[in-house]
Amino acid sequence: MTRDDIRETIIDILSDITPDEDLSGLKDDVAFREQLELDSMDFLDIVMELRKRYRVQVPEEDYGELASMASTVAYLEPHMQDLEKV
Amino acid sequence: MYDTVIIGAGMSGLAAGIRLAHYDQRVCILERHYTIGGLNSFYRLAGRDYDVGLHAVTNYTAKGSRKGPLARILKQLRFRWEEFALCEQIGSSIAFPDVRMSFNNDIRFLESEIERCFPSERDNFQQLLARITDYDDLDQESYELSTREILGELFSDPLLVEMLLCPTMWYGNAREQDMDWGQFCIMFRSIYMEGFARPLAGVRLILKKLIRRFRSLGGELKLRSGVERIRTENGRAAGVVLDSGEEIEAKQVLSSAGWVETMRLCDDITESEPAAAGKLSFIESICALDCQPKDLGHDDTIVFFNDSESFPWEQPNDLCDTRTGVICSPNNFAYGEAQEELPEGTMRITMPANFDRWSSLSDEDYELEKLRWFDRSLESAVRFAPDFRRHVVATDMFTPKTIRRFTWHDNGAVYGAPKKQLDGSTHLRNLLLCGTDQGFVGIIGAMMSGISIANRLLVGDIAEPSPSP
Repeated sequence: MTRDDIRETIIDILSDITPDEDLSGLKDDVAFREQLELDSMDFLDIVMELRKRYRVQVPEEDYGELASMASTVAYLEPHMQDLEKV
Repeated sequence: MYDTVIIGAGMSGLAAGIRLAHYDQRVCILERHYTIGGLNSFYRLAGRDYDVGLHAVTNYTAKGSRKGPLARILKQLRFRWEEFALCEQIGSSIAFPDVRMSFNNDIRFLESEIERCFPSERDNFQQLLARITDYDDLDQESYELSTREILGELFSDPLLVEMLLCPTMWYGNAREQDMDWGQFCIMFRSIYMEGFARPLAGVRLILKKLIRRFRSLGGELKLRSGVERIRTENGRAAGVVLDSGEEIEAKQVLSSAGWVETMRLCDDITESEPAAAGKLSFIESICALDCQPKDLGHDDTIVFFNDSESFPWEQPNDLCDTRTGVICSPNNFAYGEAQEELPEGTMRITMPANFDRWSSLSDEDYELEKLRWFDRSLESAVRFAPDFRRHVVATDMFTPKTIRRFTWHDNGAVYGAPKKQLDGSTHLRNLLLCGTDQGFVGIIGAMMSGISIANRLLVGDIAEPSPSP
């Protein structure tokens, strides 16, 4: 998966979790918490969706890396670059 | 072998089931009754639809709001806001002998009502709002503080304390007389700060959405499948045995049966504590009218009434207590956007009742007492609402015995045991509780409870067997 594929995957997960949000204007460098008011349950959901869809495990001490789109893609790239997008 | 077996197909069990099935668990929900819903259910009788339990969905927040329990459960269960089709209340009242205070889903309206009825308490009420906003839901220590004590210190007029307590106790207090501070804060937010709403089709709409989603994710539901006991092995739950004798194995068990009831099911526990079960149960008199309540001049959604200056919240000695009650008119929600209204007027009158008294009656006396207390409950209610009695065209009634039959909770206790297990833990690592005895009430609370416990199971700190020493 390329960085764009990973970004698209995250957008897909976010639109699943927050079906009422318009994500087209999402800024990559602003925290999700700030833009979408995601709470800890939502972050846990992102982690669990990644596990369900790609078997990617994000250990609890790394949850902080998922703060914004930019940091999430950077964090996931080494874990996901060898995977096929589904 | 299931990953998780859930006892009870009420709101909490269904919500937990959806979460677990969504994350690929093999889940089976076991329900003793022949229908889903538990305390919040519905039925059809002589061509009419009836709701049980739910008067209103509490915790209402408008579409687009990202905070609060409603927004959270929608996200967790992957529903769009529109899917629950919630329409807001028109307005509700707290009616005491000389003072009637109204509220709606905008806290500023209640503030203005307090200023009108209790002008000197304005600043004290602001202080209360600040404390409630700051209250941390997971703080077990201040959870059990006395609400009466805290409010008594905050306000100088005891009548205001009684009036604020009345709806919060009515909609979710398992303790007699007093209320846990944590429970009060949760109820205060859900009733006064967020508010009431209802789908035009009632609770059945939400239940149908939940069960359809659960099944589409591969979840299994077994009705008429009461659990006779929870089989334990080496300090773990190994599965359940049904009333039919059938055994079902599971890696973990989630029970919405209630704390005392679940402990009694465990085959490793010999003593149960009947004293710990809740005591507060209700009767409800349901009337179909030949007109809409508003045609009689009644546009309150819900009236919480009490006929003296002090609000009694206790199990009555008699079959019922007609001093306090709730009058709910499902017609009085703003269905305007749906361009529809309910075909018939409905008034539901709820009052405290004593389970032991009702359940010790002979069949013949039971029917007789139902008629008697039906009339008495209406007689009491029309002191606080227009007299609708000559417009009644059909009636039904439930008693604590009915509640017991649908929920299997001891004493027909609507809000469960007074002692709450906030994190759902039991003496077994892989047996958890959800539902009323976890401290969440109302249908949004019930769903939230199922979700939070399902998440504990999913994160996996419970599923793996602990290595034997």
